[in-house]
Amino acid sequence: MSEFLQQLINALSLGAIYALLALGYTMVYGVLRFINFAHADVFMVGAFTGSYVAKHVPSGTLLGGLAVLFAAMAVCAVLGVLIERLAYRPLRRAPVLNVLITAIGVSLLLEYGVQLTAGANPRSFPAVFPVTRFQLGPLTVSSNQLVVIAVALALVGGLQWIIYRTRLGAAMRAVSLNPRAAQLVGINLNTVIAFTFALGSALAGAGGVLYALNYPSIDPFMGVMPGLKAFVAAILGGIGSLPGAALGALILGTAETFVGGSAYSTYKDAIAFGLLIVIMLFRPAGLLGRFTVEKV
Amino acid sequence: MPRQHAALLATILVAMAVALFGGALNAYYLDVAMNVGVAVILVVSLNLVNGHTGQFSLGHAGFMAVGAYLSSACTLRFAPALATTAHPALAQHTLFFFALLVGGLTAALAGFLIGLPSLRLKGDYLALITLGFGEIIRVVFQNTPALGGAIGLNGMPPLTTVAWTYGTVAVTVFTITCLVNSTYGRGFLAVRDNEIAASSIGLDPTRYKVVAFTLAAFFAGLAGGLFAHLKLAIDPRGFDFFRSFELVAMVLLGGMGNTLGVILAAVLLTLLPEFLRPVAEYRMILYAVLLIGLMLLRPQGLLNFRLGRARL
Repeated sequence: MSEFLQQLINALSLGAIYALLALGYTMVYGVLRFINFAHADVFMVGAFTGSYVAKHVPSGTLLGGLAVLFAAMAVCAVLGVLIERLAYRPLRRAPVLNVLITAIGVSLLLEYGVQLTAGANPRSFPAVFPVTRFQLGPLTVSSNQLVVIAVALALVGGLQWIIYRTRLGAAMRAVSLNPRAAQLVGINLNTVIAFTFALGSALAGAGGVLYALNYPSIDPFMGVMPGLKAFVAAILGGIGSLPGAALGALILGTAETFVGGSAYSTYKDAIAFGLLIVIMLFRPAGLLGRFTVEKV
Repeated sequence: MPRQHAALLATILVAMAVALFGGALNAYYLDVAMNVGVAVILVVSLNLVNGHTGQFSLGHAGFMAVGAYLSSACTLRFAPALATTAHPALAQHTLFFFALLVGGLTAALAGFLIGLPSLRLKGDYLALITLGFGEIIRVVFQNTPALGGAIGLNGMPPLTTVAWTYGTVAVTVFTITCLVNSTYGRGFLAVRDNEIAASSIGLDPTRYKVVAFTLAAFFAGLAGGLFAHLKLAIDPRGFDFFRSFELVAMVLLGGMGNTLGVILAAVLLTLLPEFLRPVAEYRMILYAVLLIGLMLLRPQGLLNFRLGRARL
């Protein structure tokens, strides 16, 4: 039983990181209807920014940790807006496939760009937050896990507030419902899309730092697997749905942690794709997604 | 003799001639030429699904992996026993023929089993589910100790020659071109252009999609077998999502549904890294920039000439 609870805590912190990434995928899909494959690499850039900034702040303090986190978020937000402006905006009316290929092109560019500047070898990520272990009876909770869960909760709460309580958030919801009608009532599509990218990329940047804290080595390709899995989580919950992304991420984090702790641990990476296939076959719109009917 | 049959025969004869005098040619060029051939087979077969039938598969590398592993397992198992026969070379190549066939047919079976449930989905979702299956195939191989697990298989006999490669290229291009230009093959184009209209005139879209998918998987399996006996060592990482993506990029570059275009694209994108070798550090960056630039400047595909499209 205590092992079960221990795994549940691990699952929660993994799921929280997936959730931060999945929200970005689902938001971009909501407004633009395409899969931003470069999102996973924004996550990687977040981790690298974190490791650079960490050299200039006192390590092992809460304030220093938060500074690293915010720096990574800011850099990623700018990066996200740049990517949208330079690569995706010119293709807004192009077929989905072309945008998808462009996204993968951007993803490669970021990966190999970072590899060129930072080197291909994995590097260790400094402990920017204070590190302690809490003993709750038989359970061990590391402070990093608590940081991950707390930051993820705060960010998701903030996102919820932005989307449901601000004018820009209302505009985002309008665009995701019907972009043309949104333009008709005077919403500036470009602003909303740029804002969506900034938000999603900032979350990915935070996710990158949190991921690096728990798995303390980073390399230019670290984003690929978490990115694919977070994307699966977004689909699982119903792409375009924010609560769905969070739910999907938690389910995936749990499934992966428990399989990873079982005798079938080498199949851990297949779990996400297995779930993807099951959900695609039985409920393609995802758990909380809406079905659309094809009309002639 | 119809033009297509003559072209098929001519290609095979030229390939055999080149293979006979291959010893006199630069081994590096021959190797690159065979790599190009494998890419052409993969791309032309993927084009049947992504181009002609209008479905979006992102898991082609998975079928290539099935072909590569199964054919390698065959040759590794039986090749040593054939070394003592009267004509070892002949026996080896006969074995290779059957090994390729086993790889191709198993890949086709995998394609059929995967295609049947997943082709009910469309667009992005189909892309994702094929990606998922492609990755699962990879993880399964990674966890099968009999097939080398994470290390993969090595020590295959070097059986892939120019004749085998370009013979298969010729058969692939011939089969797919003739199929698409046949009365039956019009169904693929109909499904691509408008699925609802196609089913309203009595064509079964699912059936066409599954046929396209299975056939494409078969040829990808053959290409995988050739690839394995060219590289002589395979491991699961060589067949990951990036490989599938590369093939999709080639199809898109050549122009969807344009056989000649995708062949040129396959040649170009396979040769490009070779030409970029002097600037190896910047190779992938240049590749990425080219890809993005191409999508921005010429979204219909760089090589999408009228000539190579299926005649209507």
